[in-house]
Amino acid sequence: MEFEGRDIISIRDFSLEEIEHILESAARMEARMGERLDLLQGRILACLFFEPSTRTRLSFETAMKRLGGEVIGFSKAGAASVAKGENLTDTVKTVANYADVIVVRHPREGAARLAAEASDVPVINAGDGSNQHPTQTLLDLYTIKKEKGRLDVCAAIVGDLKYGRTVHSLAHALAMFGASLILVSPSGLEMPPEVLLDLKELGAEVTAHNSLEDAVREAEVLYVTRIQKERFPDPEEYEKVKGAYKITLDTLALAREDLIVMHPLPRVDEISPEVDFTGHARYFQQVRNGIPVRMALLALVLGVE
Amino acid sequence: MERDIRVRKIKDGTVIDHITAGQALNVLKIIGITREFPKTTVTVAINVPSRKAGLKDIVKVEGKELRSEEVDKIALIAPKATINIIRDYRVVEKKKVSIPPKLEGVLKCANPNCITHFEPVKTKFIVERKEPIKLRCHYCERVMSEAEIVRQF
Repeated sequence: MEFEGRDIISIRDFSLEEIEHILESAARMEARMGERLDLLQGRILACLFFEPSTRTRLSFETAMKRLGGEVIGFSKAGAASVAKGENLTDTVKTVANYADVIVVRHPREGAARLAAEASDVPVINAGDGSNQHPTQTLLDLYTIKKEKGRLDVCAAIVGDLKYGRTVHSLAHALAMFGASLILVSPSGLEMPPEVLLDLKELGAEVTAHNSLEDAVREAEVLYVTRIQKERFPDPEEYEKVKGAYKITLDTLALAREDLIVMHPLPRVDEISPEVDFTGHARYFQQVRNGIPVRMALLALVLGVE
Repeated sequence: MERDIRVRKIKDGTVIDHITAGQALNVLKIIGITREFPKTTVTVAINVPSRKAGLKDIVKVEGKELRSEEVDKIALIAPKATINIIRDYRVVEKKKVSIPPKLEGVLKCANPNCITHFEPVKTKFIVERKEPIKLRCHYCERVMSEAEIVRQF
C-alpha cells in the first residue's frame, strides 16, 4: 500500500483497507509515544492555518515534534501574505519550497484539494470550510476501534447534522465499515439528503430520531456535536433545542453500560461536566488519540512508516 | 388522421433530436437562443410522440452549428439527444451527445463558499450518475442537482 507522497484531503479518497492501514500504523505510534523518536528528523512541516484553530494545529505540531521534525507556519491569515492579496495557490507553491509536508486549514470548501494540486509536497487537510476534516474522522475511527475493538458498531450521532463537517465524513466512514447509524438532530438541522443517499449507497442501516432517549438506549457509541447558536434565527428556539439535546447523568441512566460518549471538542454545554466522571466519557481520550493518528499520517506520507 | 409532424426542413443549421421531454426550453437557453438572439428561425417541438422514449422534444435552429461546450451542456439535461448538423438541406454530421466522466470549466459550482469562486482555477465536476444527472464538485465535494445545473443556463 503506497502512502509516500500522498495527499490526505478527504475520507472519500480512501478505501477500507487504506483506512485500516492508517489505524494500524497509529496503534504502532501510540505504543511508542513514550520513546524519543527521530523518524522525521531533519524534516519540516508547514502549518498554514488561514482560520483559527487551537486543538488541530497544536496536535499536528506535537505529532511532528514527537517524530523529531520541525514546524514552521502561521495561525491566522492576517499575518500571512494573503493579507497583501496573494492567492492560496501562490502561497502554497511558495511554502512547498520550504517544507516537506504541508497542513492546511482554510475557511473555504475545496481549498485543501486546490492546495494539493498546487503543491509538490504532500498536503494534509486540517479542515476546509464545512467540507472535510479527514484527520478528525480518522482519530474518531481510531477511538471507536480502540474502545470497541471493531467499527461495525451501532453509533448515534447527535447535534447539528446539517452543517457539522465532522459528522458527514464520520457517517460516511462508519457506513463503509458496516456500522448502523442513528441520527438525532433538531428539526432543520437534519443530515442533508445527499449525505443520506451516499450512506444508503454504501449499504448503511440508517434511522433518524428526534428523541435523544431512544437513541441512547440502543447505541454503543454516542457521538455528540455542538449546536451553534447562529444557526437559529430565534434565540428562544435555540435555548429550547439546546436543552433537549444536552447529555446529562439523567440521559445516560437509560444507556447500555458499555456506551461510550465522544465529542470532537470544543464543547460548550452539550455534555454536562458531571458526565466527565462517568465510565462513559471518552472525549478527552479521543483528543489524545489525535496525536498518534497524526504521527502515523505524517510518517506515512513522508515514507518512513 | 395525419400523425406526422410537418416541420419545414432547414437549409443550414442544427437539428437537436431526442431531447428528454420537457427540456427543449432549457436547451434553447444553453445554445443562447434568447429574445436578443439575431434573427433566425427556431422551431421547437415539445412532447412529440416517440417510439423509443414515449415523448421527446425537438429543436431546429437555422444558421447555427453548435460548439462542443454547448453539446456537453445539452448532454447534462438530455443525455439521449442527437445533434444533426445540416448544410444545404443535407445531414452532414450526426452525433449522439455523451456525458464525459469529468466536466471541466463548463459549469460553476452551486456552493457559494467553494474555493473555485475565489481562486484562478477552472471548475471540475465528477459525473457520479448520468440520468438523472448527479455531479460532485472535485474541490468542495458538494453535489449539484439537475435543478441547480439548469439554473445556470
